[in-house]
Amino acid sequence: MTHILSFQLNGAPVQALVKPSDSLLDVLREKLDVTSPKRGCDSGDCGACTVLLDGTAVRACLTCALTVEGKQVVTVEGLSREGELQPLQEAFMAHGGSQCGFCTSGMLVSATALLAKNPHPQRQEIAQEMSGNLCRCGCYEEITQAILDTARKGE
Amino acid sequence: MNQYIGKAMPRYDAQGHVTGKVRYVDDIKVPGMKCVKVLRSPVHKGVIKNLDFSKAMTVPGVVGFVTAQDIPGKNAYGRFQDMPVLAPENRVRYRGEPIAAVVAADEDTALEALSLVSLDIEEQTPVFDMFEAMKPDAPLVRHDSKSNVWVHYPPDITEVTMVKGRVDEGMAQADQVIHGRYSTGVQDHAPMETNVSVAYRDEMDRLVIHTVSQTIYAHLGMLCAILAMPMSQIRYIGGRVGGAFGGKNDIHTDHIAALAVLKFGHPVKYRLSREEDLQFTTKRGAFVLDFKTGVKNDGRLTACRIDIWHDTGAYAGMSPYGLEKCAMFAPGPYDFPHVKVTARTIFTNRPISSSMRGFSVINGQIASEIHMNRVAEALGMDPWELRFANAWRDGDQGVTGYKVRGAGALEAMKKAAELAGIKLPDKLMSMSSRGRQAS
Repeated sequence: MTHILSFQLNGAPVQALVKPSDSLLDVLREKLDVTSPKRGCDSGDCGACTVLLDGTAVRACLTCALTVEGKQVVTVEGLSREGELQPLQEAFMAHGGSQCGFCTSGMLVSATALLAKNPHPQRQEIAQEMSGNLCRCGCYEEITQAILDTARKGE
Repeated sequence: MNQYIGKAMPRYDAQGHVTGKVRYVDDIKVPGMKCVKVLRSPVHKGVIKNLDFSKAMTVPGVVGFVTAQDIPGKNAYGRFQDMPVLAPENRVRYRGEPIAAVVAADEDTALEALSLVSLDIEEQTPVFDMFEAMKPDAPLVRHDSKSNVWVHYPPDITEVTMVKGRVDEGMAQADQVIHGRYSTGVQDHAPMETNVSVAYRDEMDRLVIHTVSQTIYAHLGMLCAILAMPMSQIRYIGGRVGGAFGGKNDIHTDHIAALAVLKFGHPVKYRLSREEDLQFTTKRGAFVLDFKTGVKNDGRLTACRIDIWHDTGAYAGMSPYGLEKCAMFAPGPYDFPHVKVTARTIFTNRPISSSMRGFSVINGQIASEIHMNRVAEALGMDPWELRFANAWRDGDQGVTGYKVRGAGALEAMKKAAELAGIKLPDKLMSMSSRGRQAS
C-alpha cells in the first residue's frame, strides 16, 4: 500500500511513493537520494539525521513521512544559496567543526534552527540546544565556537 | 611554507562536510543492489545441529543464503588469523557470532527470512570470567586448544614477561610495599557511522568493495585469503570513514558482502544497524591489573611487580598485540630500579575484543596512576611530590631496557598544575626532565 507524498524540499516541490511505515529519513535517503541526513542510530538518539520541518529542527528518522505532506523540508543541501556558503558553514570550516564529518549535517541544521530562534545564544544555551546532536570525534568545543562566532558576526 | 606554519588550516574535506556532499559508503547506491543481513548465534556457546533455510527461501524477494561452505579461501582473518568469517565446523563461541548471511531484495525481506531460518543449536556451558576460564577444569572456549589462555609465543608460552633488574632485591630495600588491584571494563567505539559495505562486480568482472576500513591494506590482504582472489581482482575503495576509533581495524562487513557477490552476482549492501554495531563488533576488552609497589619512606620507588589479565572474548582480535603495549607501559613514566610485568590474554565466551583508542596502553595507565595516588596516601606524601621525585629523567631506563630520551613528564605535570590553578612548591617547579642531579 503506497501513497503519493508531496512536499517542498529545499525550496522545490518533490513527490515520492511512500509506505505508511516509511520515515522521512527513508524517503530522503532511499527515494529522493538526498544523503546529507545520516542514519546514525535510526532511533532519535544521535541527531545525525536532523532536518528543518517548517523551520523546526526534527529527527528525520522519527518523523513519519506521511506527516510532512505539503510542508517545507530543508536539509544541508538547501542551506547554501547559489553555491554561496552560509556564514555558519564558513564558521564550521574555519573553527574545525568537523573531523569525520558524519555528524556535521545534523549539527548545521540544529545550529541553523538555534540561531533563527535565538540570534545571540550564550554558551549554556548552545550546549542545551545542541545536546541532541552527538559527535564522537569530539568537536563539541569547535562547533560551539563556530556558532558563537556566527552569532557575533551577525550583529 | 610560512603561509602554513603556525596557522590553522581548514580540513581538506571540510567543504564537503558542511555542504553535505561527502559520499560515505552508506550513501552509495548501485542499480540492482540487494540487502545482506546475517544470522547470528542466539547462544554464548554451542554446536549447530541443524540449519534449515527451506522455509526462509519461500519469502518473496529472497535470493539465497551464504554459509561457511561458500568460502573459497580461508575461513579465518584478523591480525592473528583466528577469527572465522562464518561459524566454522558448526561451532559458535559468543552470542552474535555470524552463522550465515541472507541476500534479499530489501532489509524487511532479509529480516523476515532470517526469522524463518530453522536453527537447532545444542547449547554448551560458556565461561565469562577470566579467572574462572583459567581454572584447569574450565570449559574450553576453543575446543581445539589446550587451555583458555592465548599462546603468545608458540609452541606454549602464554605469558608476556618484561623484566628489569631484580624485583625481589628491590622489594627487600623498600620500607613499605603497597598493593592494589584494578579493573577496567568493556567499551564500544560507537562511531557515528556504523559498519557498512557496498560490493559488486565491475565491467571487468573485478570485485569492487566500498569499505569503511581504517586499515585498508591489511584488510585487502585478508580479503584475498578469504576469497582466494589475487589483489589485482579486487578494487578495495576506502578513505571515507565516518569515525572509527580502532573499531574499524577489524573487518566487520566487507568479507560477508564480498562472499554474497561471489555466490549470487548481485550488487549488495551490508550495513549494521546501531544495535548490531553495538552488540557484535569488536570492543575494547576488559583488564584486571595487579600492582605491588616497593617504596622508601622518603618517596623513592624501589620496585614494582605488575600482573595483567586481559579478556579478549572468544577470539584474539588484536588483543595480544595490545597486551604487549599495555605491559610495556603499565609501570608508567616512573623510574623503577627493579620492575617485572607479567601479562596474559584470556579467552571467554564474550564478544571479541580488539583495538580501541590508546590501544590498551591507557588501561595500564589508569591503574598505574590510581596506584601512585594510593602509594602517596600510604606514605602520607603529596601525590605531586611522589610523581615529581620519580618521574623519568633523560637517561632513565624503561622496563624493556630502552633509554628514555626527551622525557617530558615533569614539564607536562607543571603545565597541568598551572592550567588547573594549582600552585606547586618551588622545590618541584625547579625540577627538570633533563636530569635528576639538576633537581
